[in-house]
This record gives sequence, C-alpha cells and structure tokens, in this order.
Amino acid sequence: MRLKLVPSETSLDFMRLRLPALGFSGLLVAASILMFTLVGLNLGIDFRGGILIEARSTDGPADIGGMRSDLGTLGLGDISLQEFGSDTDILVRVQRQDGDEQAQIAAITAITDTLGSGYEVRRTEFVGPTVGAELAQKGIYAVGCALLAIMVYIWFRFEWQFSLAAILALAHDVLSTIGLFALTSFEFNLATVAAILTIAGYSINDTVVVFDRVRENLRRYKSYEQRDILNRSLNETLSRTVMTSVTTLLALLAIVLFGGAVLRDFALAMMWGVLIGTYSSVFVAVGALAFFDLKRHLDEEDDPGSPAEAG
Amino acid sequence: MLQFESWKKILVLLVTVLGIVYAAPNAMPGDGSESGNFLPGQKINLGLDLQGGSHLLLRVDMDVVIQERLESMAETIRLEFRQQKLRFSDLDVVDGTVVVTLRNASDGDAAREVFQEFGPVVSITQDGPGYSIAFNEQGLIDLQSRTIEQSMEIIRRRIDPDGTKEPVIQRQGADRVLVQLPGVDDPEEIKRLLGRTAKLTFQLVDTSITAQEVRERGRAPSGSILLPADDDSGEFFVVEKRVMVSGELLDSAQASFDQNNRPAVTFALNAEGAKKFGRVTGANIGRPFAIILDGKVVSAPTIQSQIFGNGQITGNFSVAETNELSLILRAGALPAPLIVMEERSIGPGLGADSVAAGQIAAFVGLALVMVYMVLSYGLFGLLADVALLVNVVLILGALSAIQATLTLPGIAGIVLTMGMAVDANVLVFERIREELRRGRNVMAAIEGGYKRAISTIVDANLTTLFAALFLYIFGSGPIKGFAVTLSIGIATSLFTAVMVTRLLVILWLERRRPRELVL
Repeated sequence: MRLKLVPSETSLDFMRLRLPALGFSGLLVAASILMFTLVGLNLGIDFRGGILIEARSTDGPADIGGMRSDLGTLGLGDISLQEFGSDTDILVRVQRQDGDEQAQIAAITAITDTLGSGYEVRRTEFVGPTVGAELAQKGIYAVGCALLAIMVYIWFRFEWQFSLAAILALAHDVLSTIGLFALTSFEFNLATVAAILTIAGYSINDTVVVFDRVRENLRRYKSYEQRDILNRSLNETLSRTVMTSVTTLLALLAIVLFGGAVLRDFALAMMWGVLIGTYSSVFVAVGALAFFDLKRHLDEEDDPGSPAEAG
Repeated sequence: MLQFESWKKILVLLVTVLGIVYAAPNAMPGDGSESGNFLPGQKINLGLDLQGGSHLLLRVDMDVVIQERLESMAETIRLEFRQQKLRFSDLDVVDGTVVVTLRNASDGDAAREVFQEFGPVVSITQDGPGYSIAFNEQGLIDLQSRTIEQSMEIIRRRIDPDGTKEPVIQRQGADRVLVQLPGVDDPEEIKRLLGRTAKLTFQLVDTSITAQEVRERGRAPSGSILLPADDDSGEFFVVEKRVMVSGELLDSAQASFDQNNRPAVTFALNAEGAKKFGRVTGANIGRPFAIILDGKVVSAPTIQSQIFGNGQITGNFSVAETNELSLILRAGALPAPLIVMEERSIGPGLGADSVAAGQIAAFVGLALVMVYMVLSYGLFGLLADVALLVNVVLILGALSAIQATLTLPGIAGIVLTMGMAVDANVLVFERIREELRRGRNVMAAIEGGYKRAISTIVDANLTTLFAALFLYIFGSGPIKGFAVTLSIGIATSLFTAVMVTRLLVILWLERRRPRELVL
C-alpha cells in the first residue's frame, strides 16, 4: 500500500476559492507592508552595523544576570544577552558604538576582557556602518535582479500574462516573508536574504510546474472553459505539489532539529517559504492568470528537453 | 526513448565513478594528502565558519598617506627654496594642498622648476604670488594602488611570516583589503599585529627647550615637534623633525632582554642604516635621542658613544609585546593605518560543532526523504533514493574537485537540495501515474511520463538557478558558499533525475519485462 497524502484523482474547485484567497493574500501583503513600515525589521548587525559575540560558559550554565551587570558597567549602551542553543551559550549583541571603527574594536576587547576566563569566546562579529549599508544595498539588488530575471525568463518561455502572474506570486511571497520577520522580530540578516531568495526560487519552481500544465492543457482541451482548464491543471499537479513540499519540509525539519542554532532561523524561514510558496503558486499565480483571456494557440516551441526525446 | 544507448550508460557510470573518486577523500581521516598519486586527494575546502578563522575587511586610510606625502613635499619645497634663496611665506598644507606664497614674483620660474620635480602626479595652480600644489586624479590613483599593494605585502609578512598559514589577502574596491586567515585561535592577535603601522624612527631630542615650555608657548620651535611618551606616564618630549634613521633600514629585530632582565627588542641595522646612524651618533655624543614608534616616544636614551649597527629598544614591554613588536618590525611598516570595517571570527570549537551538527542534519534529512520516497512510490521510490545517494556523492565530489568552499549555509543548501532533488523524480513518477490511469501499458506510460515531464523539469530548475546566480553575484562569504552548493545541487539533481533514475528504471524494465506497474 502506498502512502498517498493526496488521492490519485482529485477534482477540487480551486477557482471557487480564488477570490477569497486573493482577498486574503491582498490583506496579508497589506498587513506585511504595514508591519514593515510601522514596526520595522529587527535588523541584524549585517545591515545595521554593530557587534555580536557568542560566548560559552566553561563551567555550567551561563550566569546571564551576572554578565548583564558586568557588561553594563562598561557603558557601551544597549547590550542584549540571549541564550543561544543551550544554556551555556550566550549571544551578546551590542549596539553600534559612537565614533569610528576603532571605537568598535575597543568595545569588543572590553567585552571579551570583562567576560574573563570563565567564558570561551566562540565567535565575534563586527560590521562597521559603511559595510552594513553596502550589504543592505547588495541584498536589495540581489532580490530585485533575481525577480527581474525570473520574470523575463517566464515571459520568454510562456506569455506575458504568465510572467505577470508569476511575479505577483513572487512579490507576495517575498513581502509576506518580510512581514513575518517584522511581526516576529526574528533577526533579519544576510542569511535571511539568502532564505528569501531561496524561497523565491522554490516558489517559482512550483509555479512553473503548474504553468507548464496550464499551457499543455490549453493546447489539449481547446473546447473547455478556461476556468475548468485552470482547475484541471491544479488538480493534476496537486499530488506532485504536495509530495515535493513534504520532502523539502522533511529536509528542512532535519536542519531545524539537528542543524544547530545558527541554521535554525534560516531553516524556519525556509519552511515558512515552502508553505507560502506552495499556497501562492496555486492561489495567487493561477488565481491571477484567471483574470486574463489566455491564448489557446500557443506556439509549439522547441523544447529545451529535446535531447531526451531524441533518445 | 526507452532504448538507453550504451554511450549514455557509460556516461552515467563514468560520472558516478568520478564523483565517488573525488568525494572519497572526504570519508578518509587525515588531510587526504597521503592518498596515492593517481587519486585526487583534495578534501572539500571548509569555509572559515566551519574550520574557524578570521575574516577581516580593512580600509587603508589614504588620508594619512596623502597628508604625509604633502607634508614631505612642503618640507622639500622649504629646503629647495632656502637653498636657491627664493623668499617665501605661508608655506603650509591645507585641505589636501600644499600652499606657498612667493615674496618676489620674479622667482616664479625657479619655483615652478622646484614644483616640477614632483613629477606629473601633481597639478600646480597659481593665484598671483600664491601657488598651490595638489595631487591630480591620476596621481591619487597611482598613490592609492601603490599604497594598497605595499599594505598587502606587509600584511602578508606580518600574519604569515613563515608562509605556512594560507591566508587570503585580496584587494577589494578602491581602498580596501580583505584578509581571511583560517584556523586562528585568537583573532585579537591578528588585530594587534595589523593594528599599528609600526613606523619606527630615531630622532634627536631637541634640548634647546623643555616640553613644559613648549606646552606653555603652545607651539614647538620650527623643525621640532612635541611627541607623547608611549606609556601612560603623560610625559612629553620635544624632538627634531629630522629623521636620523628609520625602520626601513632595519636588517633584523628580535625579542630579547636588557641588562636588567626586562623584555626588550634587539635590532640590527643594514649597512646603509649603520653608516647613517654611526655618523649622527658620532657627532652627537652626550645628547639624548628618541626612539619613536607610531608617533610616540618609546624611550629616549642618551648617546654614550658612537653607535653603528646594533641597538636595543627598551620600554614598558611584556614578553608577548616584544615578540609581536619584533615580528612587526621585521615585516616592515605599513604605509598607512588600517581600519577594520568588518570582522567575523569563528573559534575552532564552534566550527567543529557546526560541522558535526550539519552532518547529523544531513544524514537525518537524507533518511527522512528516502523513507518517504519509498513509502510513496515503492520500488521506483527506491530507485529514486539510489539516484539521490548518487546525487549527494556528486555534490561532494564536485565541491572537492573545484575546491569550492563549503560554508555552514552551504550545508543547509545541500540538505535543501536533497529535499528538492527528488522533485524531478516526483514530476516523472506522477506523470507515469497519470499515463497509467489513462490506460497506457507500462512501457508507453513510462516513456510518456519522461517525455512530458522533461520540459517542466528544465524550466523549474533553470528558474531556481537564476535565484542562486544572483545570490552568488551579490552575496558575500558564507552566502556565496550557499549559492555555490545550491547551483551544483541543481545541476547534479538534473543529471541524476534525468539520467541515473531513468537508467535504473530501464534496467529494471529490461530484466523484468513487467506487464503491470503499480505506482
């Protein structure tokens, strides 16, 4: 007996849920933008500049209270202490110090000296304000360029309506992920940008699979209503959509559980991305397609996969 | 379609074997270099976040260099004008420009000749009797390039004096240097080594006036300068601006002890330095001279007798400090101060923990995906699992072969690839299921499944590749590593899904010739 999360043949009426789903997505994106502008992101030192030190207590659980009062005497301003992965590991975050880079370096030395021999300093990171601004700029470029390239490719391979629908779904994923980070105050750092780009990659992967089927069915069932074709395409790909989401989620779950504290947030963001990406492929991308009157006679293009057909 | 030509079989076999051969050293203990000559012995290059180490982005402070150059130009102008008896006033360095005013307009040509000596790197502007000399654009670029090259050389000599540590030292952008040093226990040590320019000079103490008097008057006599002591005593010295001997003329420097058994640095000058030093000390016996390091007076002994090649620097040093100072002096002075823009240091303990955690996550992820595939697709799931294992081997082999750097996010990329790699197989298997439901026979269903899925697979993977590409272009450090493993993963999953699984399926078909297929 096979394990099947989705029955072999489904005939769910996705298109009936299209408008409520688009309404929900609209609200989600609006709320995300609102959260982003009102609450803002908890920017990590990658973008804001500042100091981060990971220390491990060499005898027993770390004494956060003691550390806090010791470090408080240094007059370095806002210091946050947080357990990281286990009760012996502490993450120390210090705001950017007034003055130039030398002032930051002096602060790091002061902190490590204050922690003393009872703590092993496992990691120190310091990002100056100039570099932080550059990293933020590069992150925005990376996301922007990737979205643009994907849009152009879909346009090239399909039709402009598909391209527009795909980019809507992608923007939806990216914006709602940013909204989630604003809502939860999870630290937003370079790894988050990588996670967002991977989410975009995963989501577009999903969308393309569905679009491929839509294109094929448009050719095959010329007499069907467009709405039925979209529904049919979603149902035909549903089993695959769920299957791939589950395998990817399983792999990510392994990282969350065993990959260590550094990767945990990254994997959690990715898990969210898999869920939102799967949802948006079905409801946002195909939902948006339904607004267009799609051409039925798409040109029979050369398949990039033709070598396999020759085999 | 279902005839899998022999050359394709050979290709699959060849690539798989190559993958195993390249991946194999990673399974061996040791650094892998001891394997035979005919086998590649390189292990995957671990990033700083996995093996521990320091990443420093340094800015070379050009302002200081430019200011120094301009001051030295001003000094040259002063000397030349005096020698040629050109009368002038208001010689100064203001806002990146040397300014000087001639008393006699008729001296203009002679003055210009002096300025021309600085070469084509400066531009000269004249406003009546006033002249200003500044570096032009090309001059600044040249100066910057030269300064950064020198800085990189000195950095290398300081952090890797024996040439064994394999640091990465790269120029980044106009005025930055990236330093990556794997496997250091104490990142503070690197910063100490790079934290001082270590400009060493010997200058005579100006005995015509005391430091106290200079401070009361607010300025030192022309040709002299007020400098603080290197310790925290708050003491000041008035020293002549003229440099007797500077650090470039050092031949060697060693940590040692003075006669009172305090830590000291013993140095020896080269032939030119010894000659100069001997001449000046011989003429100034009984006068004190200052040993100046980075603008601070380390000590100011009195010249007892003519000194030639050797000397000793004593001060308030610990043994560790004399060791570092002698290393820095041997390496030479940095042409400009270095400012740390970004620092990421990972201790070796954390790196090892990350590798261990990443390995566990990878094995668990792999196991979960494999079990799920078998539960979902039975035998075909098992075939896909074999392909997945080949995929992992190929990723590891490719990373070892191109010596890409594996970072912690890179491990996440591999685990994620495992989840996504089966997607291509899932697409094919689901297609085969559909074809079977349409009533096709086994052969036709499998053939149709592959044929129809392939364009979807290519489209889907190419779009993901775009995201990875831009991660690589704009990402830095660990993120780049993630992009590399993700890209390699996409390529290998395409190969294994389209070639390996298909070969296995065809082999199974040929052996069993099944009439029915339950998928």
